[in-house]
Amino acid sequence: MSRLTLALSLLVLALAVLSLVLGPADIPAAEGLRALLAGGEGPVPLVMREVRLPRMILAIVIGGSLGLAGAAMQGYLRNPLAEPGLVGISGTAALGAVLTLHTGLAALWPLALPAGALAGAGLAVALVMTLAGPRGGSLTLILAGIAISAMAGALTSLVLNLSPNPYAANEIVFWMMGSLADRSMLHVWLALPLSLLGWAMILPLGRGLDALTLGEDAAGSMGVSLTRLRWLLVLGTACVVGAGTAVAGAIGFVGLVVPHLLRPLVGARPSALLGASALGGAAMLLAADIAVRLVLPERDLKLGVVTALVGAPLFLHLIYRLRKEGL
Amino acid sequence: MNVCTDQLAMMLADPGQLLSVSAFATDPRMSSMPEEAAAYRVNHGRAEEIYTMRPDLVIAGAFSNRQSVDMLRRLGVEVVVVEPAYGLDDVPDRIREVGRALGQGDRAGRMARAFEERLARLRSGRDDGLRAALYYANGYTSGGKTLAGQILQAAGFRNVAEEVGLSNGGTMPLEVLAMTAPDAIITGRPHAGAARAEAILDHPVVRALRAESADMVVPDTDWVCGTPHALDAVAALREARLALAAR
Repeated sequence: MSRLTLALSLLVLALAVLSLVLGPADIPAAEGLRALLAGGEGPVPLVMREVRLPRMILAIVIGGSLGLAGAAMQGYLRNPLAEPGLVGISGTAALGAVLTLHTGLAALWPLALPAGALAGAGLAVALVMTLAGPRGGSLTLILAGIAISAMAGALTSLVLNLSPNPYAANEIVFWMMGSLADRSMLHVWLALPLSLLGWAMILPLGRGLDALTLGEDAAGSMGVSLTRLRWLLVLGTACVVGAGTAVAGAIGFVGLVVPHLLRPLVGARPSALLGASALGGAAMLLAADIAVRLVLPERDLKLGVVTALVGAPLFLHLIYRLRKEGL
Repeated sequence: MNVCTDQLAMMLADPGQLLSVSAFATDPRMSSMPEEAAAYRVNHGRAEEIYTMRPDLVIAGAFSNRQSVDMLRRLGVEVVVVEPAYGLDDVPDRIREVGRALGQGDRAGRMARAFEERLARLRSGRDDGLRAALYYANGYTSGGKTLAGQILQAAGFRNVAEEVGLSNGGTMPLEVLAMTAPDAIITGRPHAGAARAEAILDHPVVRALRAESADMVVPDTDWVCGTPHALDAVAALREARLALAAR
């Protein structure tokens, strides 16, 4: 387990450095890193500190959040299909963010943006948990997810289409697919506190989730309060997904792919999976963000395109396997 | 049916000759002549509403909705399609073209000659080597093969988009903009309502460059269309350049 943590941490570190030295401006790697650390005058420190650094930090924070939220939801619902993007939590968070932006609330009070996304995400998590319930089958979960996603997507498009700004309608793609292009440190400060709060709520849930694998009655007899567990999970997921979506749009499939890949390596223990999935999610989003910059640097390819191309086949594979198991 | 041909037609037509202009022509964010346009009936480029006005002639832009243009032609209305001006040198031709279509050849000829003379006057002057960047929503920039790029050149600025190989214009990533370190950044005026696309103009990198260089917000309306108003943009930029060079 600790070997896996070490390996994943090294992977995240390597990808983070790679993410800092790659970009459309031709800056030699050594010069760029020196400017990043030492600062100074001129355009190079500006590029490193204001363009590439926030992008790298956000990829780690948001990727980690999505991986963690995916692992926690799958542990609680005991269903490998649970994932913030698929069940509509990211989409509803995007709707909340779009509403605060286009009502002008976000301009009056900067924290309104993550707060709106948080409210949207919280509403969706609560709805999914209620509809699917701790024993809910895959079918209920997916149907609830489809309904919530469709509703959130339609309302997001509606708000953006009604905006007087001619560019607003083009943003539908951003909110539905997600991107880290041209984010600044301001966005890091908007997303980071809420994400940390969410992590603090979710990470200690490992023991309770482990107990839950034995069934609800067994978990209850081991002193795990299911009500408390559910509340922390709902709030924590809302925090991390809301914070991430507010600044980067809805990025799907990270929370699905990462726990699925790591589960065999940690021996199917939810507690071990939580931390590993956070690291894995950070690595996956860093890699996806590097990929969008390498493949089509001029086109602002959306992150969700890459994650969905990786994630959707896996999703189909999961459904196929669940069907064989007769669920 | 097109915001640019609308403006040329308003300048060239006799009173009562022009029936209707597009809704864009009345929009102060897109048109240089919103007050003039308010005197005409407004259309939204739909074949049905234009046909029911029973015009003898419709002037459309090359990017007007093709289905509507084809429909009007099928209904027997004469439609003249005017190409957009891709550069300042195209503008006199467009003026004459719209003038011919309206039967106002003399007036158009005079206007075209006045345009050429004023352009030649504005273009004269020494090159003081000042470099400018045009930067719009979504990180878009215009190079020397575009009308906006030529307006910049005519005002005496060197365009940094040329240095990074974007002579047709295109997306210039923030990093690249920062590395070119221009003497002036010229942005459009933000529209009402929030848009992520325009948030890029508030990015710390753009703000830092603005603090070091001259920051000019020029109304987009004079930039979009190849009309005599484009020279107002040249004149305004030229003033700004002279002020910058004197610093």
